[in-house]
Amino acid sequence: MRRGRAAVAGLALAALAAGGGAGAAELAPLTAQPGDPARGRDVVRDLTKATCLICHALPIPEEPNPGNIGPNLAGVGARFSAGELRARVVDATTINPNTVMPPYFRTEGLNRVLARWRGQTIYSAQEVEDVVAYLGTLRQP
Amino acid sequence: MRRTSRRPDAPPRAALARLLAVPALLTGLAAAVAVAAEASHEVEGRRSGWLYNSPETQALQDDEFINPGMFAVERGRTLWSTPEGSAGKSCASCHEEGSMRGVAARYPVYDEKRGGLVDLTTRVNLMRTELMGAPALGYEAADMLAMTAYLGRESLGMPMQVAVDGPARPFFEEGRAFYFARRGQLNLSCAQCHDDLAGRKLRGDTISQGQINGFPIYRLLWRAMGSRHRMFEWCNTSLRAEPYPAGSREYLSLELYVAWRGRGLPIETPAVRR
Repeated sequence: MRRGRAAVAGLALAALAAGGGAGAAELAPLTAQPGDPARGRDVVRDLTKATCLICHALPIPEEPNPGNIGPNLAGVGARFSAGELRARVVDATTINPNTVMPPYFRTEGLNRVLARWRGQTIYSAQEVEDVVAYLGTLRQP
Repeated sequence: MRRTSRRPDAPPRAALARLLAVPALLTGLAAAVAVAAEASHEVEGRRSGWLYNSPETQALQDDEFINPGMFAVERGRTLWSTPEGSAGKSCASCHEEGSMRGVAARYPVYDEKRGGLVDLTTRVNLMRTELMGAPALGYEAADMLAMTAYLGRESLGMPMQVAVDGPARPFFEEGRAFYFARRGQLNLSCAQCHDDLAGRKLRGDTISQGQINGFPIYRLLWRAMGSRHRMFEWCNTSLRAEPYPAGSREYLSLELYVAWRGRGLPIETPAVRR
């Protein structure tokens, strides 16, 4: 089920000329139901879902101790469109093949995934939409 | 009537002075040790995990008296001279005092007879089963970790120096390939974090270079000693990748590559790590 969606998502990847140079890949929504930013805020903090906070700072006062591997995500909603954010969350290697960011919605081409997680994505399609909606609200740098 | 609880030979004033003096002395000592240690925890950019620890954890390792890994070393020292098995021998029956100095620093090694790599753990078991007539110990058994901790301690301060040429070469290359291969649901290689991001923060944790010169380590997270291969398993599982068994060809090859990668770093077993 999720595997199928991930494949469709891959096909939907489209590089648009608008604005962002090499990193301008956009991705259409994965679900018909629009993302819920409040749920997305919970998802990005969820320790069972490779929380963004391991690597990124987020403007969440209750989370004072984020990692510093990736860029601070404050203002990310002003820097990228929803389609660009979605492409990065789904599989950031499509933008930068050497990225350390895990693919949150991909099952193909992974090496020795633990049996417990095999064939599963980190986020569900709806969770991707919720997270993208949440990130879109982060407009203040 | 005033009650005091003190040793009859320790008048209160002297006891107080002693109490005040001890922390000052310890602080001075810790500072001296830290300065001396700092110099030897980094070799040509290769940095021991010690340097990524908090001062508290560094102090815990550096003081033999409080380092929890020293219990394993002491247990290993006892086992070393305790006869076991049908031959009625102990390690000390054949190996002279001091003859193990430097051994841990050059393991794992290629073993002609086995046609593959042997690490310290496997060597201990081969000696037990083939020469002592004693049963093999589990890879992570407390007594095995005590033996390897004792052997590691015997090489304290000696630079890691493994042989990677000749028959060891294919295993070395295999280990290197393992190190650079992405794996798991998180799709990360060892190199991506430990080569490229050492010193950066994963939430509250500082990523180290993943050097193995302090193993077996006392890991605070485990509240126990653990081998190099247990750490590999832990790392792989954290990436949601299927680990290999401790003692497997894959982990022996990885161990050889990682030991070479940290060549020159002094052995500091038993290290204390988060």
